[in-house]
Amino acid sequence: MSPFVALAGVTHAYGGSGPPAVEGMTISVNEGEFAAIVGPSGCGKSTVMKLATGLQFPQAGKVVVAGKEVAAPVKISGMAFQNPTLLPWRTTLDNLLLPLEIVQPHRSRLRRHRDEYVARAQALLEQVGLRGMGEKFPWQLSGGMQQRASLCRALIHEPQLLMLDEPFGALDAFTREELWCVIRDLHASRKVTVILVTHDLREAVFLADRIFCMSARPGRIIAEREVHLPRPRDLEVTYTSQFIDIVHELRAHIAHARTTA
Amino acid sequence: MTSAVPGQPSKAVLAAAPWVFTIGFFLVWEIACRALAVSTFVLPPPSAIAKAMWEYRGPLAFHSAHTLWMTLAGFALAVVTGLLLGIALGASKLVHAGTYPLLVAFNAIPKVAVVPILVIWFGVGWAPAVLTAFLISFFPIVVNVATGLATIEPEVEDVMRALGASKMDIIAKVGVPRSLPYFFGSLKVAITLAYVGSVIAEYNASNYGIGNLMARASADFNVPLLFAALVALGVLGVIIYAAMAILERRTTGWAQRSNFAT
Ligand SMILES: Nc1ncnc2c1ncn2[C@@H]1O[C@H](COP(=O)(O)OP(=O)(O)OP(=O)(O)O)[C@@H](O)[C@H]1O
Ligand SMILES: [Mg+2]
Repeated sequence: MSPFVALAGVTHAYGGSGPPAVEGMTISVNEGEFAAIVGPSGCGKSTVMKLATGLQFPQAGKVVVAGKEVAAPVKISGMAFQNPTLLPWRTTLDNLLLPLEIVQPHRSRLRRHRDEYVARAQALLEQVGLRGMGEKFPWQLSGGMQQRASLCRALIHEPQLLMLDEPFGALDAFTREELWCVIRDLHASRKVTVILVTHDLREAVFLADRIFCMSARPGRIIAEREVHLPRPRDLEVTYTSQFIDIVHELRAHIAHARTTA
Repeated sequence: MTSAVPGQPSKAVLAAAPWVFTIGFFLVWEIACRALAVSTFVLPPPSAIAKAMWEYRGPLAFHSAHTLWMTLAGFALAVVTGLLLGIALGASKLVHAGTYPLLVAFNAIPKVAVVPILVIWFGVGWAPAVLTAFLISFFPIVVNVATGLATIEPEVEDVMRALGASKMDIIAKVGVPRSLPYFFGSLKVAITLAYVGSVIAEYNASNYGIGNLMARASADFNVPLLFAALVALGVLGVIIYAAMAILERRTTGWAQRSNFAT
């Protein structure tokens, strides 16, 4: 099976010159897989996201998504960031509908089939525990609730690829673990390939099938680790020795990456 | 003082404050004029001004209406031009780089200096007043709309672009809504400027309007009428500013959720 997302020998420098943010990056993620990227701050994790979604184009190497070389924003992806980036003048529900106002074929159907799409948005809100919050404005929600809404917005148009850039970075430990489960269930309930960028090794091991460790800038892959913990995973799994061993192993890679930087 | 929050004035006190201060201001003025026996020729007391306002209520109302009309016409032109230019400047780095120095230079020219040119082109009448109002007031609108557009958060832009949104999509769905608070904020400044512009033009080149009334009153050394016209200008100015402030609050409530200045 050919990978769904593949970066091959990718080097990218912002502005086209100067020291590269990532160099000789090679990663491949299969369809339906949950991949995580971990690495020290500033190593180019967000840059990998932008390369894989066609927001940036590499100076060298090749980026292939869904069998096609990326030459423009890929349109089959949904994104969520550390900062929920909801639009404050729209209600939560209208924020969720935003991707449908852009992406075809929804864009031309939205006006006539609005009820159907609103029902879809309500169902998603319910799935992440935001039932009945659609009429509220984002600034009337807590940080964790906004982040849930932002996840819904990333999924509303049923993308094949979900890109999460430290989506839980700003949340407290309890909320974060709650949202791990939300993501886990969303991933299990639909055929979506997920790439998650995170600082949190436990988060990566709990959620991912495959973890990439990056070196400090210029970023490259220093280790790739498959996680074979059985699914569905329960939060209890994070206290097993098998889980903790994987976290330790990754920690050693990151520590090594930081000292050699 | 009884107040809900210690150390802060209560709602009733805040509501009464503008009236107390305004009435107090005129009282002090009246008393000072009487106590120091100032000639009405130099500084008429408020009572004399009120008398003049009553005496000339017909012309004052007529000319105020004319000035208001000139101001609104110039302001409307400024809103349309300011919005279009602002969107162009905010959306395109090239347009911004190319036109900004010119706009700044143009804005720096005192508009009184432009009135004679407008008179040469259009003659004495409504055109110089409307155009001066327009020229003096469009700049803040341009700058504010352009700022609103140019400061779109890069992450929001990424979310939109990753969905395949075109530049026009991003401007329509994100740029314009997010620059609306800036836009409506700038309207308060712009309408006051437009008002100044139309009065300046009327003073120099018109047969109507408060500006013209003042020019004639000053030629006749009718000092109480001059002050009566000033008061009328002030009142009208407060009214149009308040109208814009209400419009701003109505349209962009989402942007005013801070409790900073309670
Ligand atoms: N828009 C940009 N223009 C220029 N340089 C950039 C830009 N974005 C990132 N960089 C540079 O590229 C490098 C990698 O940045 P990136 O944001 O990908 O790091 P990151 O791994 O996501 O960091 P963090 O974990 O702190 O989010 C950094 O050194 C940064 O200075
Ligand atoms: Mg980052």
